[in-house]
Amino acid sequence: MTTAAHPVAGRRLTANHLGIAVLLTAAYGVIPFAGSDYLLDAVLTPFLALALAALGLNLLTGYAGQVSLGSAAFLAVGAYAAYNFNLRVHELPFLVSLVAAGRVAAAVGVGFGLPSLRLRGFYLAVSTLAAQFFVQWALTKFGWFSNDSPSGVIDAPPLAVAGITFSGAVGRYLFSLTVVVISTLLAIRLLRSQVGRNFIALRDNETAAKVIGVPLLRTKLLAFGVSSFIVGIAGVLWAFAYLRTVEPAGFNLDRSFGILFIIIIGGLASIRGAVLGAAFMVVFPLLLSRLGAALLGDIFNSGVLEMSQRIVIGALIIGLLIAEPRGLIALVDRLAEPILRRFSRPLSRSTQS
Amino acid sequence: MSLVATSGGDALVLARTHERAAEAAREAEAAPPAAEAALVGGAPVPVLQLEGISLSFGGITALDGIDLAVANGEIRAIIGPNGAGKSSLLNVVSGLYRPDRGMVRLGSERFAHVPTSRLAALGVARTFQNLALFKGLPVLDNVITGFVHRRRAGFVRQILSTPQARREEAESRAASEDVIAFLHLDAVKHQLAGGLPYGVQKRVELARALVARPQLLLLDEPLAGVTLGEKQELAAHISNTRDAYGTTIVLIEHDIGVVMGLSDRIAVLDYGRKIADGTPDEVRSDQAVIDAYLGVAHEGETELVV
Amino acid sequence: MFDYQFFIEVLVGGLLSGVMYSLVAIGFVLIYKTSGVLNFAQGAMLLFAALTFVSLVERGVPFWLALSATLVIMVVLGITVERTVLRPLVNQSPMTLFMATLGLSYIIEGAAQLLWGTQVHGLDLGIDDVPFEVGGVLISQFDLFAAAIAGTLVTTFALFFRYTRTGLAFRAVADDQFAALAVGLRLPRVWAAVWTAAGIVALVAGLLWGARLGVQFSLSLVVLKALPVLVLGGFDSVAGAIVGGLLIGAIEKLAEVYVGPLFGGGIVAWAAYVVALGFLLVRPSGLFGQKLVERV
Repeated sequence: MTTAAHPVAGRRLTANHLGIAVLLTAAYGVIPFAGSDYLLDAVLTPFLALALAALGLNLLTGYAGQVSLGSAAFLAVGAYAAYNFNLRVHELPFLVSLVAAGRVAAAVGVGFGLPSLRLRGFYLAVSTLAAQFFVQWALTKFGWFSNDSPSGVIDAPPLAVAGITFSGAVGRYLFSLTVVVISTLLAIRLLRSQVGRNFIALRDNETAAKVIGVPLLRTKLLAFGVSSFIVGIAGVLWAFAYLRTVEPAGFNLDRSFGILFIIIIGGLASIRGAVLGAAFMVVFPLLLSRLGAALLGDIFNSGVLEMSQRIVIGALIIGLLIAEPRGLIALVDRLAEPILRRFSRPLSRSTQS
Repeated sequence: MSLVATSGGDALVLARTHERAAEAAREAEAAPPAAEAALVGGAPVPVLQLEGISLSFGGITALDGIDLAVANGEIRAIIGPNGAGKSSLLNVVSGLYRPDRGMVRLGSERFAHVPTSRLAALGVARTFQNLALFKGLPVLDNVITGFVHRRRAGFVRQILSTPQARREEAESRAASEDVIAFLHLDAVKHQLAGGLPYGVQKRVELARALVARPQLLLLDEPLAGVTLGEKQELAAHISNTRDAYGTTIVLIEHDIGVVMGLSDRIAVLDYGRKIADGTPDEVRSDQAVIDAYLGVAHEGETELVV
Repeated sequence: MFDYQFFIEVLVGGLLSGVMYSLVAIGFVLIYKTSGVLNFAQGAMLLFAALTFVSLVERGVPFWLALSATLVIMVVLGITVERTVLRPLVNQSPMTLFMATLGLSYIIEGAAQLLWGTQVHGLDLGIDDVPFEVGGVLISQFDLFAAAIAGTLVTTFALFFRYTRTGLAFRAVADDQFAALAVGLRLPRVWAAVWTAAGIVALVAGLLWGARLGVQFSLSLVVLKALPVLVLGGFDSVAGAIVGGLLIGAIEKLAEVYVGPLFGGGIVAWAAYVVALGFLLVRPSGLFGQKLVERV
């Protein structure tokens, strides 16, 4: 099946490039003007933050093969670190605190990644839960992190870069979009380098990787570090551009699982998959609530919505794992292939005649 | 390090000399041990030397006082029935197992436990019995990764694509393209390794091991599980590898037939002990080998354990 | 001066709740041993069982009838899971299976609450939570009762594994699936039996935990208490689950009482994880895990 898929790759790449160009044009040129505040604030900005978080987790879990159940902890570290840099270092440009927050998240990630040097599989997965519980506890327990606000709630500072303040729905959206685009480009470059190959080598065959000379220790910690860096940045977007008021309780295990589900549903080890999965996770509850309200009326309250959402997402995960372990993105590619072929066939014919 | 320093040209000359010597010996119908032949070529230090290697798993002896010297440029087969300790021996040499007793000498360094993470830098590469490819990487990237121990640029440099990172990437890519052409893998180089037929995957693994031009190549059952045609093809690739790159090759095999034509010398293991070590002809006529490996024919049994 | 009596009280309380951790952990071990699946849905099953039982009782169904009905439902649930989730995923990697059970836990949690609502239910098993005194040490009657029930169940399973034909089949499958297939054991039947057993464990654990904490969504988080136990005792060891549970129970209580105040309390959330991981870093094969030689 892989052999059959590959001849298309060259063509898909150009189609891909075209698609990305169209998407970026729309994202920068159309949506800020045409989109309603609701669309920007409640759909697109959280989608961007989640897509970035999923990208970060995908580097670790999808590419490097180290399952993490504690992503929300690194979202939280990013958010609270940026808050504190902003609060405690005067005149620090916001971009600097953003990157510094990413680095703090990376450092914490490397710390919790240390067990990966001895542990594998489920043992490692369980150890990442320790990050989840420890970080959440520390942020609630020590008032310093939240400047002694009750139950650790923090309010977002304004997003100001080089004197321009990104306020309002459009501003926050554009800020998030730019951060996500740049981070994604850097992640793609990383994956195409030898480091990216090392990640996959580590995932596919650790022993062979070691024998060949892949520096396992460094590669594992790098995977944890880079992944946590990106998730930390996503945490800043989540807290400052989307919610604007957050508390540690918001970064709970459910949030961690939600991010893991994005990459399972979208497609492991696929950047487009992470984006598609995030889009699905944001849009799907909205559609479900509309659909439920239309079909069932008042019975379909928020409680019922939440429960039916859980059921559908759970079922979808099992269904995908059974039918298409490579995720929704593989389904999309499979559907798109005949269409692309039809597009390219008349073209090649016309050049012949 | 000194292993890597030996230039390919020297090794090639050496291999040729050794071959000529072996040929002459064959004509004289009294083949001298390959180690001596290598001495004639002027390389007194064996590439690999095992000194009294013993290994046991929870009371079961896998290896018992194995001595072995592999000369530069030779193809050395290690054969033996199932469970004779062949794979354990290879795992000791590559550091995946730590022997209970004994030393492994690789070039000028001696180890009680070979450091696996330094193996590639020591000029040693290996393949695995049940394939250990990176299935999610294309063939080309699998092979490029075989070059990883030579790379120095850190991940930030790689993201930023500094001149150093670019040069390293170009070097490893060029070396990989070479090996891929050498092993006739051009047609599949952009395909994911995991989707290829078994025989082709074996060749990809060989390419990945060869790309860094190792001084010593360890092959764990390179001919097992492939069709007869592929077997001959792979055997040809193995001997071409020695001839073209001057690589010293140690291979483990189950199939005694192919090994006879391919190797310069053969060591035979049985129950963790070395029971014979010599040229194919010597081994073929060795009574202990016939008893242990080919079945006890002189007692009237004709069963061949192959 | 160090108050030994108080120390023993804390220790005993910890050990008693440890038995209940063991009980949850055994549900994991049963499934892990026979099919290599770390069943994250164990917590959801526990919630489902407790919620079903309590809702039936609240609707006027007599205790024993409600118990049998819930038992039947759990068995059906177990078999359904085996049929619809595990069988199609046979031969997939352990991580894929784990993720499937994550999805499963979402389905079961959602379904349980959609069916029975999200409000908190009190569950009265008719045992007074009155402490009584043994040699100056106060022991909770309910804890003792719960520990006795859990202990009985754990012992039953241990004996079952050792002495019955089905138990033998379990162990054969756990040892070597292919060999078990070769000698004619029918894996699906063994798996169905195991999931049934896990369902029973979930029911008992759900009732005991539910009686203590109230039957509500957070009950499914009991699974998070069992994970450090499994890390400590090994995912595949019944003995490890028992000893690990007792250890974690005791350490957690002692840590909360004696170490917690240094941090301002609340360390129960992660103390067990830190202990389990610390132990594992020193001894990677866990308490009772066999050290497997990696085949290359």
